Amino acid sequence: MPKVKPHRTSPSLDMTPMVDLAFLLVTFFMLTTQFRPDEAVVVDPPSSTSDLQAPDSDILTLTIDNKKRVFFGYDKAPVKEAAIKAVGAKYGVTFTPAQIKQFSLLPNFGVPITQLASYLDKDTEDRKALNKSLPGIPYDSLNNQMIDWVLEARKANAAQFKKPTFLVIRGDGNADVQTVQKVIKELQEKDINRFNLLTSLEMKPSFVGE
Amino acid sequence: MAEIQQKGDSGKGGKKRAKKASTKIDMTPMVDLAFLLLTFFMLTTTFAKPNVMQLTMPVKEKNPNPEEQTKIKASQAVTVILAPDDKVFYYFGLNEPTDKSVPVPEIKVTDFSANGIRKVLLDRKKQQPEPIILIEPYAYEGKEAKYKNMVDILDEMNITDQKKYALIDISKKDVDLIKKQNLL
Repeated sequence: MPKVKPHRTSPSLDMTPMVDLAFLLVTFFMLTTQFRPDEAVVVDPPSSTSDLQAPDSDILTLTIDNKKRVFFGYDKAPVKEAAIKAVGAKYGVTFTPAQIKQFSLLPNFGVPITQLASYLDKDTEDRKALNKSLPGIPYDSLNNQMIDWVLEARKANAAQFKKPTFLVIRGDGNADVQTVQKVIKELQEKDINRFNLLTSLEMKPSFVGE
Repeated sequence: MAEIQQKGDSGKGGKKRAKKASTKIDMTPMVDLAFLLLTFFMLTTTFAKPNVMQLTMPVKEKNPNPEEQTKIKASQAVTVILAPDDKVFYYFGLNEPTDKSVPVPEIKVTDFSANGIRKVLLDRKKQQPEPIILIEPYAYEGKEAKYKNMVDILDEMNITDQKKYALIDISKKDVDLIKKQNLL
């Protein structure tokens, strides 16, 4: 009688489908990824049930953090280059081409125009360390640089791309309303009446009241 | 068949088979790398485009004419005050301390939960189909409402489908009224 050997299956299994899938996903993520820009300030936007999406481009972001600071950002480098030249000219500050280039690479910033040149000269690490203690862009009626940035950026975008600018207010949930209202009021003075408050999505209540 | 046999016989000893290398290669390092990259891209990617809430403010009139401005009827007015610490104060009607014929409104306190301000607004809508809601974020003596509260109340306006609402600064008389009723 022959010995009955247990049928030994090989422990190595066919990994090909798994590898296929893994590479498919790698390719997908590699192609779709957009790296999170290195923002000067981190804010936690409040949630709302609004499911309106922000457009892909031409976004001007005014970030308001919980220390009453305002940061300015624009998503297009050429617009930022034009804006820094125009605002610099208005305040009598000139920037070197290297500083302008550096400025166009920053996602947002929050320093008065007089300190902007020295801020741009610093390297990335120093700037990051400095971000916590930045004063933000002045926005009170006596020294309203924020409105100049907004107007110049809008003008530059209209001239270069013939498109309207989408103004987004990205406020921290714990920012005080007064600061936000003040920013809105200053913009209203210049006939900017349409705002978009950036929020994170929250589920709509399935039924209302009743 | 026969040929093969012949061939086999002609060789010395047993069959001399060409040693076939296995076609299977060890894919483990490659898979490791693939998953490492996959994890990296999954974690760094930002998918969600942010949502926005539209806020359209009225055009500022350069020379406001008091004659042309519409007066809010007391029966329509609902004042919602965003108080510090996520509280919501509200009262119906108008607050006119100088006018003795207008009864002093009583401020009620509620919150942002589903049974809070939302229920109040919905109940009010049943009694008065066209309410006008005045939203006043509280800001006085260092005590302030948060931006989150403002977004929340604007969101409630969307949820309860209000047609007329306005975001305005808190008035001195409302601050006095809150003080008088010892709410803060």
